[in-house]
Parts: sequence; structure tokens; C-alpha cells
Amino acid sequence: MGELRLMKGNEVIAEAAIRYGCDAYFGYPITPQSEVMETLMDLAPWETTGMVVLQAESEIASINMVYGAAATGKRAMTSSSSPGISLMSEGMSYLAGAELPCLVVNVSRGGPGLGTIQPSQADYFQATKGGGHGDYNLIVLAPASVQEMHDFVGLGFDLAFKYRNPALILADGVVGQMMEKVELAEQRPRLTKEEIVQKTGAWASTGKVGRNRNIVTSVELDPARHEAFNHKLQAKYAEMKEKEVRYEELYCDDAEYLIVAYGISARISQKAVELLRAEGVKVGLLRPITLFPFPEKQIAARAKQLKGILSVEMSAGQMIYDIRLAVGGALPVAHFGRIGGLVHSPSEVVEAMKKLMNNV
Amino acid sequence: MTIEEIIKPENLAYGKTKVLTDAPMHYCPGCSHGTVHKILAEVIDDLGIQEQTIGVTPVGCSVLLYNYLDVDWVEAAHGRAPAVATGIKRVNPDMHVFAYQGDGDLAAIGTAEIIHACNRGDNITVIFINNGIYGMTGGQMAPTTLVGMKTATTPHGRQVDLNGYPFKVSEMMAQLPGTCYVTRQAVHTPGAVRQARKALKKAFEKSAAKKGLSFVEIVATCSSGWKLLPVESNKWMAENMIPFYPLGDIKDSE
Repeated sequence: MGELRLMKGNEVIAEAAIRYGCDAYFGYPITPQSEVMETLMDLAPWETTGMVVLQAESEIASINMVYGAAATGKRAMTSSSSPGISLMSEGMSYLAGAELPCLVVNVSRGGPGLGTIQPSQADYFQATKGGGHGDYNLIVLAPASVQEMHDFVGLGFDLAFKYRNPALILADGVVGQMMEKVELAEQRPRLTKEEIVQKTGAWASTGKVGRNRNIVTSVELDPARHEAFNHKLQAKYAEMKEKEVRYEELYCDDAEYLIVAYGISARISQKAVELLRAEGVKVGLLRPITLFPFPEKQIAARAKQLKGILSVEMSAGQMIYDIRLAVGGALPVAHFGRIGGLVHSPSEVVEAMKKLMNNV
Repeated sequence: MTIEEIIKPENLAYGKTKVLTDAPMHYCPGCSHGTVHKILAEVIDDLGIQEQTIGVTPVGCSVLLYNYLDVDWVEAAHGRAPAVATGIKRVNPDMHVFAYQGDGDLAAIGTAEIIHACNRGDNITVIFINNGIYGMTGGQMAPTTLVGMKTATTPHGRQVDLNGYPFKVSEMMAQLPGTCYVTRQAVHTPGAVRQARKALKKAFEKSAAKKGLSFVEIVATCSSGWKLLPVESNKWMAENMIPFYPLGDIKDSE
């Protein structure tokens, strides 16, 4: 058993970054996630592991500093909340286009515009459908607990380097602000320059020593070559869909109805499922852990025994499109969610499920 | 004597540095970029830092600079080269990191990034090519376009009441305590090329000595954008650009 602590979700992102051997964090303050950089500055990892922590002049600068550090094979990350993630979207497109690994954390809040500082899940489209320009995808992980906030820092970096693609932790203001017990990973050493050259020397700009020069770029002016490069990216995303889907199912074996929910909505929906089960309703919960790649085959397989699906998300209905695509119109799929910064209660989810059952 | 007898390694009076690749450059005739690339390559060779150098290219005509210098490269988004260079340098403090940017990239869309890199005193070198015009997109007005100068978006000449004033970037960067060396150079005459080469070398040396950010502006030509022949461009630059953007060191602190 590792060290146990009671911690806030945002604080644990900082603690986990250091423990998983992150080389650099670049960030800009924004509510409700400013504790990430504050905790890092307080822990001063440059004195222990040598990790760099720098407050940038904007989210735009932050993501471009991440791009620079990542281009040299380092484990670099940033965190922000919804409006800041919009500003970083150009940079994420460049990171995907240059095939650079990095970790971005979005502790999302209500929009559009400056919106509110209260929790929201209205950035699902932005996270899973690109956000920036061009045909690309981020690897998107959705934590539902403080423990997963911790674990997904390590998993996010591992997947980002495995596929040379940016990974995004899509959290929300609740998961960022709530406190829970968390088991911390053992401290891992940062990679040495020699190890980085050995692992990333084929592409990273680490200094032209004993090889041809490396060029980290997303430019290709020849359209035929650029089409081939885009096919390569698509093959990578197809491989992720094949190998990296992660999800959790609860009470699904005999379920006639299913709630699909991620992040804090899944925690709330779990309680709703228990309340409905107590009334004799055969309802299950499927929690996507990876939002890209989305567990579409798993939902489609489960749909064969179901009468209806309820998508519970703190948005006006975004993930519901992926659920409907997965089941192809075979059964009713309804949406429920409080929006604009409000969080639904289990009893509201119960009512929404009963409404769906009456309409089936 | 036949030509074959003359062309021998021992008779070589001037050689191409190995840091410059053999790729034919895509620049227009009369463009300053090629000359600046050459002296930059020579400085990297002189200092013996080819294996420890990482360059950052901008968006603009010099986006493809990575084809011409044989060092490791990172291509940045428009205007973001100083932030990218900061990211590289902070996690690789022993490497020589430089950014190469034009006036649209650095002085318009990237103003925030260059000011804050200069103010933090990141130990990098920034090379700023100022030809008063957007070359790659077809000759539109830049922040550094002179008053009265005709461009694709100021077809009747730049007017102050409509477009504001030309921007003296180097003077502004020299005000920031994080810069250690700020200089304005040109490459329109052999003498100017020699001066610019010396300035570039000094810039790399001062950044390497961790004295702060070195900022080297090169007042440059864009004969296509200016719609002048190469020789006329050099003359026009000397008569119009240099009086407004005077050459020489602006700041050289210990």
C-alpha cells in the first residue's frame, strides 16, 4: 500500500505530476483549477526531482512552452479550465500535427464565454471532436474520483508517449475541488538525457549528435504527402479505438435500462441506480473512462438487452451523440443534465429515468 | 593554367560552412533571408555548437528555414516562437536555443510572447527580420511598415490616422531588464554583413553566458513585396528604412 492522504483533486494533479517524473509544468491561473500550479510552486520540485514549474503570461504561451519542451522528448504538461482550454486549442492542434506527447488537464467550468466558475461537462465536444483545426483527436481520460485524478496523470503520460499524441484529462470543477482519500504512487525518477535520447532520438530535437537533424513540425506543403500523413494519424486513432478503450460497468448483467455517464455525473448516477434498484427497476450504469476512444462497441453490445438509455451529463447533450451513433437508432436514447454550472442530484436522475421508461 | 588546375582544395579562399545544407533556397531574388541564414550558419560553426543547438522557426517566409541549417529544429505556431524557445530552454538549460521570426510573426501576432520572453530574461537568442511587410501572404502591411509605404492592404500608403505608427521593436525590448544585448543590423552591403555576423556571434555568446535574452534585429529587404528590383530594394532600404530604423547596438549590458 502506498502513502494515503486526504487531498483535493487539483492538489493531487500536482503531487502526481512530480511522482510520475514529469519534467515541466507551464500554466496560467484560472478558477477552478489554480491550486494545481499553486501546489507545484509550494512543493518546489525543481529542488528535488528537477522538474521545471513556470507561470506563463497566458494559456497560449503555456501550451506553446509545453510544445517546445515536448519537442525535446520531455514529459511536459499544463492545466487550465474551459476558457483557457479554448485558448490552448490552437496549440493542441499543432501538438497533434507534430505528433508530440504531452498532458493537458481541463478542470472544466460552465460556458459559453466567460460563463461561470461552477462545474460543468459542456466541453465534451471540444475535448473529443478536436477543439482546434484539422483532423485530429486527443486521448481523453475522464476521472470520477480524486484517485483517478492521480492515476490518470501517469496513464495520460504513458498513452501520450505510446502514441506520440497529446492526452487530455477532462475533469470538472467538482472532481477538481472535492477532497477524498488517495493512494499516492512511489516517486519515480525523471528520465536522464541519455534515456530520453535513447527513447525519443528518432524524432525529438535533442541536439544533432551522431544522426541526421530532427525537425519537429506540422507543416507539409505537398498535398499528396500531407494526405499520406493524415492517413497515418487516422491509423493511429484507429489503433487507439482498438486497444485503449476503458470503461466501467455497474449492475449491468440483468439491466433493462442503462445510464451512460462520466466523471462526477457517473458518481451521482451510481446513487440514482441504487435508488432505482431499491424500487425494483433493473437499471445499470456504464461509465466511459476514455471519452476518446469512446466505448462505442461496448455500448452497442450492451444495447441488445436494453429498452432505453439515458445519457447523464452536465451539458445540453453532447455525449448523447456518440451513444446514438453507437446504437444506431435501435432503441430510445434520452438526455438529462443540469447545465450552466449546476450539478444534478441523484433524485433528479431517478426522475429523468422514470420519464424515459414511461415514454418507451 | 586550366580551370581544373585552379579548382583544388588548397586554393580555396572561401568555403561554405557545413552547417548550411545543400538544399536550394526558396527565397525570391534580392531577399535578405538567404544572407542572414548563411551568417547564422557560420556563427554556429564558428562557435562549434552545431550539436548543442536547437532552432525555432516561425510562420512566414522563413518557416522552411529548417531545410537550410543542419541543426535540430522545432517549427512554432504563428508568433509563438519565443514561448516555444522558452519551453525548450527551460528543460534543456545547456543547449543553445534561438528563435528566428519576421515582423508579422514577432511584432504583430506574437507581441505578448516576445515581450514576456524578454522580460523573463530567458537565455535565448531571438533574430528578428524586419522588412516592413508580410512577405509570404502577399505583401500586406506589417506593424513596422513605414508611414506612406504602399502594401497590399495599404494600397494608398500607410496612413497614421487609419493604421497607427510603425513600431520600433528593438527600442522597446531594450527597455526590459531581461534583455542583455539588443542590436539592429542589416545585410545590404559586405560591410553590413560582417557587422551583422559579429553581432549574431556576440548574441549567442551572451545568451550562453546566461546574461539574458539577446535580441538581434535585421532590417531586411522584400523585393517582391516592395515591387522593386533587388538592387533598387537595397537602395530603397538604405534611403528609407535605415533612417527610421537606425543601425547599431541599442543595449549591451554586462
